[in-house]
Amino acid sequence: MNRLTTLFQHKTADVLNVYFTAGFPQLTDTVPILHALQEAGADLVEIGMPYSDPVADGETIQRSNQQALDNGMTVATLFEQLQNIRQQGITVPILLMGYLNPVVQFGIEKFCQQCQATGVDGVILPDLPLEVFEREYQPLFTKYGLKNVFLVTPQTSAARVRQLDGLADGFIYLVAAAGTTGAQTDMNADVDAYLSRTKALGLRNPTLVGFGISDAASFAAASRHTTGAIIGSAFIRLLQHTPAEGQAAAIKEFVAGIRP
Amino acid sequence: MTLTAPSPYRVDAGGYYGPFGGAYVPEMLYPNVEELRDNYLRIIEDPEFKREFKQLLRDFAGRPTPLFLAQRLSAEIGTTIYLKREDLCHTGAHKINNTIGQILVAQRLGKQRIVAETGAGQHGVATATVCALMGLECIVYMGAIDIERQKPNVDRMRMLGAKVVPATSGSQTLKDATNEAMRHWISNPTDTHYIIGSVVGPHPYPDMVARFQSIISAETITQLLEQTGRANPDFVLACVGGGSNAAGAFYHYLDQPGVRLIAAEAAGQGVTTGHSAATTALGKPGILHGASTILMQTEDGQVTEPYSISAGLDYPGIGPQHAQLFATGRAEFLSITDRAALDAAFQLSRLEGIIPALETAHALACLPLIGAKKDDVVVVCLSGRGDKDLATYTQHLEEYS
Ligand SMILES: Cc1ncc(COP(=O)(O)O)c(C=O)c1O
Repeated sequence: MNRLTTLFQHKTADVLNVYFTAGFPQLTDTVPILHALQEAGADLVEIGMPYSDPVADGETIQRSNQQALDNGMTVATLFEQLQNIRQQGITVPILLMGYLNPVVQFGIEKFCQQCQATGVDGVILPDLPLEVFEREYQPLFTKYGLKNVFLVTPQTSAARVRQLDGLADGFIYLVAAAGTTGAQTDMNADVDAYLSRTKALGLRNPTLVGFGISDAASFAAASRHTTGAIIGSAFIRLLQHTPAEGQAAAIKEFVAGIRP
Repeated sequence: MTLTAPSPYRVDAGGYYGPFGGAYVPEMLYPNVEELRDNYLRIIEDPEFKREFKQLLRDFAGRPTPLFLAQRLSAEIGTTIYLKREDLCHTGAHKINNTIGQILVAQRLGKQRIVAETGAGQHGVATATVCALMGLECIVYMGAIDIERQKPNVDRMRMLGAKVVPATSGSQTLKDATNEAMRHWISNPTDTHYIIGSVVGPHPYPDMVARFQSIISAETITQLLEQTGRANPDFVLACVGGGSNAAGAFYHYLDQPGVRLIAAEAAGQGVTTGHSAATTALGKPGILHGASTILMQTEDGQVTEPYSISAGLDYPGIGPQHAQLFATGRAEFLSITDRAALDAAFQLSRLEGIIPALETAHALACLPLIGAKKDDVVVVCLSGRGDKDLATYTQHLEEYS
């Protein structure tokens, strides 16, 4: 069974999803970081496929994308790196997150095949329009056992949230507040109201909150009305500031600190 | 009941031009784009909107712009050339046609703030101008490198009260300014309207901007009829950065197959030199700034940085309608080098007393290449004036003395 599905069957609260950019800080860091996150206890991992023009991302992730590209990361290289990870003991569910153009250029069916071959469980393609997903992508995702995650923001209408929920089969990614990744979202009353409003919709998919979650306090506040939360920019900053030899230990400490 | 087949060159109900177009935006932008999509036609077809738009185009922008028979240039090239004088618009280029239209849309959507991107600064100036006129806050993103090389336009925007924000990400030029403007819009979804500067971006922008620019060909038809007794020229020439002046100049001729449409792309130092912005020559289908189109990219789908002597053509994509005109062969795309553009700019200056923008010079440089005969009528969209490019022209004065 798909690892995402299994995860959410067994865990319905405080789910921690950690995002990092493939090939960052070093080209070959992808798999070691994956191992470290699994050992540290992350429930699922979102690997970013770097892109030259990441419009939904703030400065931190933009820079990690650029550095990864400068390091030579490509979609093809990422799949090479991910080959055999499942044989090497990686059991954590894995999502690939990225912008559509590199995936389209790689070839969408080939991309799905490679996901299945390497053991990727789902994808997040923020600039994939709903109707294009329905028309062209959904049949392929189903064929290759890939789950799809949709984003929802505080501005998304209830009707559209229901529509997205009907089509998603991984989880719903709740963007905490209007903004790009890494924006400082203080988990204020507005965010809380949005999250509880969304909870009241009684969605069929689990919900994870992202954008601006950086520490134990914001994680706890975000998870109050949801299945869990996603940490991205704060983790990228950690990788940026940690010397290579201390990386595994720092990851362990970081993840432990989120759910003390 | 008569049924006319829908034009393959115009936007369909889903926001596409054949395989190109659409709205490839992250969910954070969806409500903004949806609001625009659901309202733009109702707004711009409203009689009161039309009246105000027309009046501002006339009294503020200075329309109609003349259609000028360029006799000495015609004799030199050996055909009959008419120049559609968009350079005489207020602020010096066609860009104001679009910004007047969009500011009126923004007002009707109840927006208080305007965000825009700019490359050469012409669209930024045209946006700052209409924001001053309407009393709306204006933020313009401009690549840090472009801020350096287009200083006079930066000063003009500031004089007009706009805030010019350097885009420091990526290659720090037009593409990155566009990314930053989109990010700003993502962060300010309810009170801000994004005035995009060309026929690019997610649906409905390409169609909306083309409609505002279509005044160019609408006037051309009337003026040509008056001056020559015929409404249709044999050729229409325009330069293509994103493609807004071309979209406007082609608009009413799209479904007239007798009119040959010629689009000039910037070849930079040459199509094969690695320093070029010739999108159709070098690009392939992909997705950029919310639209499926043709763009310059690496094998891996990363957007590549274009190069052109002209900042307004220094863009790695083209509007989706142009991608369709290219793919169907309806328009012919010619690649014009920096050198050929400079030659054409000095030629027009000295034969007709008109200094064109560097962007426009690329369209003029097509004139000897299209095989026009003596009696053929050729309309060139003279998209802008060359004041902003004087520093560049001055560097080359010696070569043309
Ligand atoms: C005078 C002039 N012409 C053309 C362009 C290119 O834009 P478009 O292709 O949208 O007409 C610009 C852009 O800055 C411009 O200033």
